[in-house]
Amino acid sequence: MTAGDFIAVLPLAVLGAASVVVMLAVAFRRHHGLAALLASAGMVLALAALVPAFGVSPRQVTPLLVVDRYALFYQGLAIAAGLAVTVLSYDYFDRREGRREELYVLLLLATLGAAVLAASTHFASLFLGLELLSVALFAMIAYPVASHLPLEAGAKYLILAGVSSALLLFGMALIYAQLGTLSFAAIGAQSSTAAHSRDPWLLAGMGLIVAGIGFKLSLVPFHLWAPDIYQGAPAPVAAFVATVSKGAVFALLLRYFVEAGGTPYNALLPVFSALAIASMLAGNLLALLQDNVKRILAYSSIAHLGYVLVAFTGSGALALEAVGYYLAAYFVTMLGAFGAVGALSEPAQEADCETLEAYRALGWQRPWLAAIFAGMLLSLAGIPLTMGFVAKFYVVATGVDAATWWPLAALVIGSAIGLFYYLRIIVVMYSNAPSQAPAAELVPLRPGGRLVLAVLAFLLVGLGVFPSPLIRWIQAAAGSLV
Amino acid sequence: MILLLLIVLPLAGGLLAWLCERFGAAWPRWISLLALAADLALAASLWPGQGGSGEAWIAQAAWPWIPRFGIGLHLGMDGLSLILILLTGFLGIMAVMSSWTEIESRVGLFHFNLLWCLAGVVGVFLALDLFLFFFFWELMLVPMYFIIAIWGHENRVYAALKFFIFTQGSGLLMLVAILALALLNYRATGLLSFDYFDLLGARLEPTAAVWIMLGFFAAFAVKLPAVPLHTWLPDAHTEAPTAGSIILAGLLLKTGAYGLLRFVVPLFPDAAQAFAPVAMALGVAGILYGAILAFAQTDLKRLVAYTSVSHLGFVLVGVFAWNQLALQGAVMQMVAHGISTGALFMLVGALQERIHTRDIGRMGGLWAVAPRMGAIGLFFAIASLGLPGLGNFVGEFLVLLGAFRVNPALTATAAAGLVAAAIYALFLVQRVFHGENGEGWKMADFSFRETAAMAALMAPIVALGFYPQPMFDTAAPALDTLQQYARGEQP
Repeated sequence: MTAGDFIAVLPLAVLGAASVVVMLAVAFRRHHGLAALLASAGMVLALAALVPAFGVSPRQVTPLLVVDRYALFYQGLAIAAGLAVTVLSYDYFDRREGRREELYVLLLLATLGAAVLAASTHFASLFLGLELLSVALFAMIAYPVASHLPLEAGAKYLILAGVSSALLLFGMALIYAQLGTLSFAAIGAQSSTAAHSRDPWLLAGMGLIVAGIGFKLSLVPFHLWAPDIYQGAPAPVAAFVATVSKGAVFALLLRYFVEAGGTPYNALLPVFSALAIASMLAGNLLALLQDNVKRILAYSSIAHLGYVLVAFTGSGALALEAVGYYLAAYFVTMLGAFGAVGALSEPAQEADCETLEAYRALGWQRPWLAAIFAGMLLSLAGIPLTMGFVAKFYVVATGVDAATWWPLAALVIGSAIGLFYYLRIIVVMYSNAPSQAPAAELVPLRPGGRLVLAVLAFLLVGLGVFPSPLIRWIQAAAGSLV
Repeated sequence: MILLLLIVLPLAGGLLAWLCERFGAAWPRWISLLALAADLALAASLWPGQGGSGEAWIAQAAWPWIPRFGIGLHLGMDGLSLILILLTGFLGIMAVMSSWTEIESRVGLFHFNLLWCLAGVVGVFLALDLFLFFFFWELMLVPMYFIIAIWGHENRVYAALKFFIFTQGSGLLMLVAILALALLNYRATGLLSFDYFDLLGARLEPTAAVWIMLGFFAAFAVKLPAVPLHTWLPDAHTEAPTAGSIILAGLLLKTGAYGLLRFVVPLFPDAAQAFAPVAMALGVAGILYGAILAFAQTDLKRLVAYTSVSHLGFVLVGVFAWNQLALQGAVMQMVAHGISTGALFMLVGALQERIHTRDIGRMGGLWAVAPRMGAIGLFFAIASLGLPGLGNFVGEFLVLLGAFRVNPALTATAAAGLVAAAIYALFLVQRVFHGENGEGWKMADFSFRETAAMAALMAPIVALGFYPQPMFDTAAPALDTLQQYARGEQP
């Protein structure tokens, strides 16, 4: 490895080093603020390290990792989201009892896993990144060990993530058995040759990989875990699962099929369309039945991954850009939504602030927080002035460009259904308080959480009205992959 | 720049109104009134003088916005936009006046929503970029949703949701259609653009044109509303507070008609021509269906809401007849309906504020109690039935005259709607203001503020009825140009 290689993977190195530093710091002195501060500093340093890495990109570092603009973009997205979750977690856990410091070690490791996924071009690094992410997440989801909901959610995630890893491994094994290579580029080159273009084993391997990834992305019919885990996990961790975990896996899926898809990919296109349609319709329909805000967000996230998949089944640079913008918008929105839920949750109660009733008249009691939450929900619904609107525009443009009319029809129907439950929450927030109920004691918002939510709201509107700066980045990222 | 100011003024006024709520409830009201008056004055200053240049576009302005997709902040005003923006400013002021005593809770937020909704409407009337148009199209919905859902009557949540899902769902179809149009044009010419003038000349295959046109038509037909997509309207109008009803009936419905005029026919002339008999039949069905249902209502506000379905049917017929007479009639009908229906909603709102019911069965004999209200009610009822000498008559008559040249059979059927209108309008006056005052209602007559507002609404109706020429002169170049675009003559 040369010096340039080291610079290229510097963000990964910083994240890894930061997790060690936090672990050692906790061993010497158990202090919540210190641990959170060190973790945040690690994230900020990792973000800063992206700049020199950008200078030496594109560069293949070992056969496992490639550092190109695409990888850097998604690494930046994941680390920035990790930073937001760190701050939100500090606010969330500081009000609660227990040993809170190790969470930040896990958070750094999970972010590292996501960053590895964004840069991996080899099955080995894929698996490494994915397991790093998943294993850290088991513990993060079940972190408040004293209460049973998180524990149950953690156990569920452990089992399902194990199943999905098994499917992935089996798929990789089948592909390796047929082609004798684990590198994406080599798989892509060989699977398109005449000998392999109709190979059923290869197709089966790809199918298993899609199923394994489908679990991670909670696409219908692999979605059953999502609502329970979103409900059970502490709100900031749920935000991490919804954004960083899914976003990094999606970035990987996209790279895998661009580089290694070859001819079998075309055979899988109808499968992706079917997954997209099922996710959009089932996600939105099931969300209608919920009275729990975290579960509504879970089903909404299922539906949104369906929307991204519509962009994924498009073609060319437009599809890559659409996925990039959509994921960025989705990150901002979901972080904001779960951030608001977390900020509202009272430490005294075991469950987070999640029943719909708990949101009644919030708009009058806490106007700013409610306005931000409402903005996030409107963005999820794709209303103008928010990033969600431009994102939806991008996805529809990709769908129209690729003439995928059935997924588009499902998108239109799904969005119309989606409005119903997003607006339902907003209506409850802006309805009048029941007169006899005593005024609930308000949990004050911490400066950190306030800052994160304000930044997210600013991004939501700013990039919703003037998306051009972000589009330029995404175009550069997409250009490096095509 | 002045066009951008027309949109920014209500936006800024809305924010200011919200922020100034803390100084007292009167602040938001006066700030809104001032912002809208300034907007109205600004728009009026653009009115072309005597014997204008004949040029259709009064003002245009364009800035780049999202170059990746060839999207620009392209605003343009012709006579049609100008007339509708003047209507927006005027009815906006009326909406603020009508909520002066009706809205008592969260006054700042209410006016914020009101002004942002109006800004969206102005944006719709000015946008010459299809993405921008869609942006404003959606932008005006959210505040209106809040107006209905927070300040509405008993069944407000249901009505607001229905309104939003109908309009948003059909809006997404329009988004797909806009993108299909832009991308097909991109493949044909290599120029990715959402600009109105770039897309006017897009050469589309006939089948593609029909499908894309239907995408646009769906959104506009829901908004207009055309039967059978009208079911959101009675609920939304009935449950909305008075100001919301005025804006819904007076302005939001007009955005649908405006979309048909500005986009559907000029962009897809052949497809629209093939589709015209269907659209006109839908219009005629709306005229008769709305009139019959209006007659059958027991809720006064619902009655007025159904008359809108009937009146907007004339606009649909006029637009798809697509000749100068019918188009002038459609524009006149849009303006006259906006004013007269807005006035009727204000009247109903005032009645409800006083006697706390909208049930026609419980009213009667109110003329004796409140003679000013009775007389004004009679005036707007007969305006609504299309009495000669009032603006609504001019609009309906011209539409029928123009449509007769295109489709005599449908026009004859539509004319029956005038008879039905006479029945429901007189029924309204009879049941509410005449007869026995069975419940012994006692109430205050219109105050000075309310009488002044009503007088301000009566004046243009009479003026348009007797001397509509200035409006025709202003609209004519715009309508000529739209017809040129539809004939394929490039701008």
